Formats: sequence, structure tokens, C-alpha cells
Amino acid sequence: MSQSRDKSGEQVVLGREHAPETTAGHHGLEWEEPLLFELDSAGRAGVDLPEVGLEKNRLGGLERRRPIGLPGLSEPQVVRHFVRLSRKNYAIDAGIYPLGSCTMKHNPRLNEKLARLPGFAEAHPMQPAETVQGALELIDTLAHWLKTLTGMPAVAMSPAAGAQGELCGLMAIRAALEHAGDARQVVLVPESAHGTNPATAAICGYQVEAIPGNGRGRVDLAQIEARLDTDVAAIMITNPNTCGLFEYDINRIAEAVHGAGGYVYCDGANFNAIVGLVRPGDLGIDCMHINLHKTFSTPHGGGGPGSGPVVFSEALAPFVPLPYVVHGADGYRLVEHRDQEPGAALSFGRLKAFHGQMGMFIRALAYMLSHGSDGLRQVAEDAVLNANYVLARLKDVMTPSYEGPCMHEVLFDDGFLKDTGVSTLDFAKAMIDEGVHPMTMYFPLVVHGAMLIEPTESESRHSLDQFIAIMRRLAEDAKAGRVERFHGAPFYSPRRRLDEVRAARQPVLRWSAPTAEAAE
Amino acid sequence: MRYLPHTEAERQALLAVVGAGAIAELYVDVPAEARLEGLLDLPPHQGELEVERRLAALAAKNLTAASAPSFIGAGAYRHHVPAAVDHLIQRSEFLTAYTPYQPEVSQGTLQYLFEFQTQVALLTQMEVANASMYDGASACGEAVLMAARVTKRNKVVLSGGLHPHYRDVTVTMTGFSDFRIDARPADLDGSEDLSALADEATACVVVQNPDVFGRPHDLRPLARAAQAKGALLVVAVTEVVSLGALLPPGAMGADIVIAEGQSLGNALGFGGPYLGLFATRQRFVRQTPGRLCGETVDVEGRRGYVLTLSTREQHIRREKATSNICTNSGLCSLAFTIHLALLGEEGFRRLARLNHARALTLADAVNEVEGAEVLNRSFFNEFTVRLAKPAAEVVSAMAERGILAGVPAARLFPEADGAEDLLLLAATETNTEAEIAAFTEALQEVLS
Repeated sequence: MSQSRDKSGEQVVLGREHAPETTAGHHGLEWEEPLLFELDSAGRAGVDLPEVGLEKNRLGGLERRRPIGLPGLSEPQVVRHFVRLSRKNYAIDAGIYPLGSCTMKHNPRLNEKLARLPGFAEAHPMQPAETVQGALELIDTLAHWLKTLTGMPAVAMSPAAGAQGELCGLMAIRAALEHAGDARQVVLVPESAHGTNPATAAICGYQVEAIPGNGRGRVDLAQIEARLDTDVAAIMITNPNTCGLFEYDINRIAEAVHGAGGYVYCDGANFNAIVGLVRPGDLGIDCMHINLHKTFSTPHGGGGPGSGPVVFSEALAPFVPLPYVVHGADGYRLVEHRDQEPGAALSFGRLKAFHGQMGMFIRALAYMLSHGSDGLRQVAEDAVLNANYVLARLKDVMTPSYEGPCMHEVLFDDGFLKDTGVSTLDFAKAMIDEGVHPMTMYFPLVVHGAMLIEPTESESRHSLDQFIAIMRRLAEDAKAGRVERFHGAPFYSPRRRLDEVRAARQPVLRWSAPTAEAAE
Repeated sequence: MRYLPHTEAERQALLAVVGAGAIAELYVDVPAEARLEGLLDLPPHQGELEVERRLAALAAKNLTAASAPSFIGAGAYRHHVPAAVDHLIQRSEFLTAYTPYQPEVSQGTLQYLFEFQTQVALLTQMEVANASMYDGASACGEAVLMAARVTKRNKVVLSGGLHPHYRDVTVTMTGFSDFRIDARPADLDGSEDLSALADEATACVVVQNPDVFGRPHDLRPLARAAQAKGALLVVAVTEVVSLGALLPPGAMGADIVIAEGQSLGNALGFGGPYLGLFATRQRFVRQTPGRLCGETVDVEGRRGYVLTLSTREQHIRREKATSNICTNSGLCSLAFTIHLALLGEEGFRRLARLNHARALTLADAVNEVEGAEVLNRSFFNEFTVRLAKPAAEVVSAMAERGILAGVPAARLFPEADGAEDLLLLAATETNTEAEIAAFTEALQEVLS
């Protein structure tokens, strides 16, 4: 509380209503920061590079002569700019980040250090193989861990992220079917699936058919069996699924799909719930992508980079993309072309310019070595325990969508907000005022006003209890009609609710220099 | 286990609140036969020191540009990255944030994405740019898919000067849809002319500039020829620093520009993660793949940023989305943005000139070597050399002498006749005169 003295010299407390309009809109530690382009001073630079003329050049008469329009800033200005921007972000390093299906776990700093070792960071992807034996061995070692953890015989390392992993899996399936002269056209995707699943199937040229749930948060086995026919190429199933539940019929689904001549693609986004405890290879699947930026802790970086290796069954292994690493008498080498050796002849092609997200491989392997077989198992158990603890402590004030224990994430719907005038969106924004990042909202689409909470194994009991206290308080406030805190939320964030309709109707996607007229 | 907060006693306490006697009760839905009883055959957990030793030993087995003179380009380039870049991208608030789905607490990420989009639009001289793709090659594939949406056509011409990895990714990404791809043979001698290949069924013509052999092109005649038939011109740039010296694709009529952004802010890193740049015309923006950040205001009227036009994207449109991309290259685009902010107009121009100057020095020195001949009349920082011996053998022999000598053209184009004796060489501001001298001296030895 701020204190001041009144006329008689007595100390009085001044409330927040006395908070001033500040000169430039800054609020204490939080600064209003202009765009880089608004900080420009022509001729200034944050680097010192020698000047060389281009009087004698071999650019073929194609020199760029007009100004590009880049702003000039010194190093201290650039550093302050980005430090100030960084303060406007929530981050897992600052607190719980319970985004369901995103697995926002702690990102160990050892992994950052190792990814920057010059022997990795300065290696060029097109060096001769004999000069990069350590890099190739690292990829091969990570591949071994992934194959062992999933119980699958093959792995494609190059996919850049989960969605590209999905593409990799479906392309291998399509290539295998076409190789067998089988031109199936349909991919089945449960209603609860990530949007990337149907989008991926469409890029692969497939028609997508949605499979409804069974009322208990799982895909409906009977519906699948009824739909299966010789036109179904594959099912894309997420297990554990996006309702935070294990698909208990998975083996029977796989049997049915295989019986009809199709393949089972598993979205491995939720592998964190079962790593070290269950091998997807024992569940009858044919391929599965693994988000290294989820289960294996590589930082999400505000939207990437990710890494999405895909494990494969024997049946699909011949179709994996190029390039890949092999180990022979002469050490490790890369197979880059279909005609380089007989085993590569059936590869469906290439997904990335080079061999994959090496920087993420290093981090993921460091994470695996740090945990070991025992620690990874503990990761899954703690993740599942934490989610069930949240479920147990919130189920009396919120509405769990399904009965029974959950896996590593717990799904609530907005039933507990019925007639309160508070929506899932309002509830999420009020969480921001309480200092925690909201859970995943309105996903999956199969329940009304979904709130999907994934605490991960990184949260201590203390952290979970703080989170639970906030959620209970908000649920109680909503039910008690204290709606202003929801409808106005967030009040305490760097920005309050943003006008997304305006952003979409009149898209402004870049800064433009103000015209002379506007500047006056 | 240093990353796991729970003690055994706490686990038991939490289990009691959950109402389970053992953790196994939470896995009741897993078929019993699929539950592993014991540990998998992998080593047990280790401390930081042990893990660091293990990976440092692997890193030490590589011969890299950290210690060896390197003249390798071909789609990935070694540049000096200012120290501030890596420091800033490791700030927790950038490194450990998720995709900015809650804009009120993600303005840091969103503002730099807006700045990134502006920088990319300026460099390419295009109207708009997206918030990044996985890499240049996948951006190339996405550009072709987009061109087909825009033109409602399915024929595609890929230049023989396009990096073959970009070609292969594009062929793969379009392989299971109704496309007709005309991938031209490797343009070893620079004689390719695509202007007659676009017709009324052509969605786009894809060229690289400078091409994979290092030759810059005036693309204006090709742009006119393609657009006269209603086709789009897609221009790929693998070395984004070239845009500081060469006429940008947007000034030569490009409809879509895709580029590899690794050169700014990002290490070679044995091939990834990198970042794809994607820029186009304003009128195509609703057909653009990937995330877009847009300016708006909050309820108090303050300027702010959000992810926008998301009705194009997979999480809304599902199978009708413009792309399946979700996670992209956020932190790599931050590194790019910071590096380019430090460079500014002046620094970026100087960097480009310096690269060209180093390549000129290298080219002159190589031409002095008996049995080596620079084929390019023009280039930016990379060119093609004809050697008196097979290039792959030369590269191996040079590696034995501790020099990373470039990329044999036959590694990129194994199918091309006459590529065996061609070597792609690149020089950047990181190459010293002494390195160039050491290189040519070793090359002379290897060739004689």
C-alpha cells in the first residue's frame, strides 16, 4: 500500500484509484515499446563491418540500388527493445503453462548448452560423411532411443514438426498402398483429433471422414467397424487422445483396420503420458510421430522450431523419406538418393532441405540421457499423477467431461458455468489476471466450451496447489455472480482483450512508413 | 532426478488425494498385455556432468568450420552471428513460451513476428510475408500448393537451377495430389530458358536466384512470359544475404518469394532448425499458408498484435485449410529479426558487399590453380568450379588436409551427366584471406 501524509502530518494510504496516467504509457517495469522501424536513425548500425566498394563486381548488372528500408539501431537499443518485448510474454520458466495437448514442461538448460557446442553448431549439412561421424552417430543414437521407447523397428528423423510428421506417416502409408496397387481414397479421423490430422490427410490427396465418439470420450469401435471397407486407407488416431483418455479399444481398432487392409496412424502428441510404460508398437499401430518439443522437452520457442520424427512398422519401413543415416563397416553415412542403394528405392521422397532438426535432436537426446529408462517412466507417471490430482481437487467445482481417471491431461467442459453469464473464454482471461497461463480452450471440439488442462510432471505440489486455489476461486466467483472480473478480464496483462475481428477484416500484416501527409 | 519435483512421500500424498492405491490404477484403460512391467533396455538416468561428457565426445568427432576453413554453401551458409542474438533468444520469456494463442500475455512474441514479417517483406520487396515456415525447401512446396489454389491450375515448371532438395520436397509434397510437375534437368551450363514453358494450364514457374550454381538472373522476362499465360512466378532464395546486393525478386515481378532464412541469426547446426521465409502479394493473402500476425487494438484502444486470418488454418478449417502447418520456426525467426535489427540498412548492405568481395577473392585465387576453372560469369557469394579431377575425390582429399572444400555437384545431381567434375564453392565474411590462401594451396596439391 502506498502511503502519504495528510495536512496534519498523519500517514494515510492512497488507493489504486490514484494511479497516474503516465507520460508514455509505461507502467513500472512494463514499457510501451515502439516497433523497430519507429526507432530508426539512418546510418546507425549495431555491427561494425569493414566497408568494401562494389566498383569492381560480378553481380551481372543486377545490383540492388534502392533503399531496402531497414531501420538503423545500435546494439544497446536492440538489446533493450527485445528485453522489453520479452517482458510482455508468459513463459514456462515463469510459471505453470497448462496448455492441454501441448506438454509445456521444463526445458533443461543443459540441453541449450550442448546444442551450442561448436562441433554440432558449426557442422554444415553437406560436409563429407567422414567429417561428421559424431553428428551422424548422435542421430543414430536418438533413433535407437525412439525405436526402443516405442517398440517400433524403424524411424524417420527428418520431419520438422508434428504436422510434418503426420504428413510423413500418411505419405508412407499411401506409398505402401500404391506400391501394392491399392488405390484407397479415405482416411478416418476421429472428431476429437487435432486439426492438423484432417489437414494432413487432405494434402495427401485423401478424403477425410469424421468418426464420432462413443459418449465416453473414446472413438466408437462399432462405428469404425461399420465404416471399414476396401476404400479406407488409414485411421489417424491420437492415443492418449485429446480428451486426456486412453483409447482402450486401440488393439481391436488396429485389428479391424488391418483386417480391412488399412493402416493405423497414431498421433503421438500425447506420448508423455505413457513414455517408458507403454510401447505404441504393442498397440498395433503402424506409424506414429513424436513431438520432441513436447515429450522430450525441446523448447517451444514461441511457436517452434519443433521436431517430429516418425516411427514405423516393418511394413512401412521401406517407404520412409530421404535422407537417412545408416551404419556400416565404414562408419555412419547418409542415404540421400533413391538409387544410392536398393533399400532406398521405395522411399516416398524428401520433406526437408537437410537431415532434420539437428538442434532439437541434441536437446532431446540430452533429455533422454538425463532421465534414463527409469526417469522417463517416472516422467509419465508424475505427469499422469499431476493431472489426476488436478482432476480430484477441481471435480466438485468444475465439470469433468468424462468419468474415471485421466491420463496426463484433464478435460472439463463449461457445464459448471451454465447460467453464470461467464464463458470459457472469460474464464481463461480471468486466469491471466491471476497470474497463470490459461489452459487449452475450446479444444477438443467434442465437448462444449472445452477446458483442457495439462500440468505436466514439471509442476511441484506447491505449484499445483496454487493453480488449484486459483481455479476454485474463479469457479466460485463465477457461480456467485461476480462476473465483472470475467467480462473485463484481463485487467493486469500488458494488453487487455484485443480486437481480433478488426485484425481479420482489415489485415495490417506489416509496418509501413507513414506517408508525408499522415506525418504532419 | 533433478527435473522431477516430487519426493516419494509427495507422490504417495497426491495418490491419496486422487484416491488411488498405486499409480497403476490410473492406467486401468491400458490393455494389461501392453503395460510394461520392467524397465526398457536403455541406460539409467545420469547427472549433468555425465551427459555433457557423452555429447561433448560426439561433438568432438566432427571436423567443422569452428576449426577448419570451410567453403561450403549449397543452401546453408556460415555467417558471423553477433553475440547479442543468442543472448536475447535465450531469454526465458522467448525461449520457453508457446505459440501466442493468448495474445494478452504474448505481445512480446507477437510484436517480433510483426517486425519479422515487415523485414521479410522489405528484403524481398514484396507486399506481405508470413510468420515463417519450417525451412526454405518446405516453403517452396507450400508456394507451389498455393499457386495451384490461386490459379486453379495444376501444371508446375521447376527450374534446373533450383536446389535439388527444394525440387525433391516440392515433388514429394505435391506427389499425391493432382499435379503435373515438369522438373527441368540440372542447368549445368546456364543455358536454360523457361519462358516458353508456361502455358494456359501452368500454375507457376519456380526458379532460384542466384541459382544453385551461383548465377544471378534477371527474372523480368520470365515473369512477363509466365504472367502473360496467367501463371505465377515463384522465386526461391537460398542465401538471404544476397538480397543486400542483388535486385530483389519483388522488383523483378515475383508473385511468391520463398527463402531460407538461416543465414541471418541461425547457426549451420548440421541442417536444422532453419526457417522458411514466405512472401507474396497482398491480394493472395487469404491463400497464404502458415501463421500471420496482424496489428489491431485492445479494448482501451492501445496498439497490439494478434495471430490473424486463422480461418485459413488447420485448427479452424481442418481438411479445407491452406496448409497443415502448425508449429513453425518461431525462435529461429526471432534470431533472424534480432540479427537483421543489429545490421540495419547500413550493416546489411555492408555484409552483402563483404560477402561478394570475399567470393571475388576466392574466385580469382581458384582461377590461378592449375586444373580449376570458375565457370560463373557472375555470382554473389557462391559459384561453380570445373576441376581436372572428380569433385567428390577432391573434397575427400581436401578434408584429409583439414579443409571443408565445398559440395560436389554430383552429390546434388547424381543423375546429371557432366556433373562429376563440378564443385560448388561459397565464401562469406567469415572466410579470411589466409583461409583462402590455405584452400588454394591445398587444392593445387590435390589436383596435381
